[in-house]
Amino acid sequence: MSSIGTGYDLSASTFSPDGRVFQVEYAMKAVENSSTAIGIRCKDGVVFGVEKLVLSKLYEEGSNKRIFNIDRHVGMAVAGLLADARSLAEVARDEASNFRSNYGHDIPLKHLSERVAMYVHAYTLYSAVRPFGCSFILGSFDKDDGAQLYMVDPSGISYGYWGCAIGKAKQAAKTEIEKLQMKDMTCRELVKEVAKIIYIVHDEVKDKAFELELSWVGEVTNGRHELVPKDVREEAEKYAKDSLEEEDDSDEDNM
Amino acid sequence: MEKRCLDAQFKGVSTGVSKYNALNHHFYVSSKTINKVIQVHDRIFCCMAGSLADAQAVLKTAKFHLSFHSVQMESSPQVIAAASVLKELCYKNKDELQAGFITAGWDRKKGPQIYVVSLGGMLIKQEVTIGGSGSTYIYGYVDAKYRPNMSREECLQFATNALALAMGRDNVSGGVAHLVVITESGAEHTVVPGDKLPKFHDE
Repeated sequence: MSSIGTGYDLSASTFSPDGRVFQVEYAMKAVENSSTAIGIRCKDGVVFGVEKLVLSKLYEEGSNKRIFNIDRHVGMAVAGLLADARSLAEVARDEASNFRSNYGHDIPLKHLSERVAMYVHAYTLYSAVRPFGCSFILGSFDKDDGAQLYMVDPSGISYGYWGCAIGKAKQAAKTEIEKLQMKDMTCRELVKEVAKIIYIVHDEVKDKAFELELSWVGEVTNGRHELVPKDVREEAEKYAKDSLEEEDDSDEDNM
Repeated sequence: MEKRCLDAQFKGVSTGVSKYNALNHHFYVSSKTINKVIQVHDRIFCCMAGSLADAQAVLKTAKFHLSFHSVQMESSPQVIAAASVLKELCYKNKDELQAGFITAGWDRKKGPQIYVVSLGGMLIKQEVTIGGSGSTYIYGYVDAKYRPNMSREECLQFATNALALAMGRDNVSGGVAHLVVITESGAEHTVVPGDKLPKFHDE
């Protein structure tokens, strides 16, 4: 639903006559222009997958990571303006660090996402600043509370999810995610499915090369958020590519 | 067998030592019935040590802070959280304060726990701990008689005995014993007058 908010869209401190804050909506459009990131929660952990578009062959492999570590047990996958996302990752890290210093234990993910969401929301209140142009997905795993997944968008709301997607192909990704029975899957099974979804939603025509960033946190990593090890990643990417080929073949047969 | 943590008062009196004469070691006992075991949350209690004025002020702040934290978290605070709040206050203000605490309680994640926050703000976890002027007289007793995984009755008896022995020997301890038992189902605070405590051969 796109519309022009002429006159009411110049600052975040203005409502339009139909009750919208256009600056926040424009910030969300910035997220929609970025490549896709997904996060899925399963019974023993959380897996993140990011389609990182490689704009130039001159880039060093692995540069401009879009998955961050916020404290040992929390991971963050982002979509939108990367500089804004980096700044928010620092905010999240400070929150987690202060919590640990004050209360002696890991910050619960719900609390962390609410605190960072409050921070993001603050930037939607004043004309002197602009809203953050990024959404991000936070995930963690704890022996007592299990796996948790939260998403924060530029308006400053945080939602808890079993699976969510942000970025340009979020609709297509959500459709694929809904097909999964994530509550019954383990992280090892889920990693392959996440890789497959990223490969499915990647647009070969419009965007050429991409790097797949995969990370997980769960029983398999003892509650620490880590990038997926090389062998697991290669197995996942192979599974993804093979699944795509199968679908292509079956399409040809149908013709 | 359930592991119970017992928080027992090991200092029986407060010494009003504003007129403490370092040369002659004169002590004035202002009260023998002050309660130094304060509840900071439903299942978390703290014993005070050091300057009671400082300890009371710190505990009041910590109690508020913890209550606010528990509302934000939408759940009861962990015992380590209570101890950490005290630790931050003691450490950050170590130049002005003379207060130490024994924090004990029960939480859903780790069950019964005891943490000691010393004067300068060190925080350590212990299974059993003693403090105060009378504690010097019962180190041997505690070291010898403590066993892990005692039952509730054994633990209570152990603590009561330890207190009685300390109160018997320390000239500035005595009066009443405050005993608090904290478990999953709640906290019970009993006050035992000195003459009702077990008797030993210390006279």
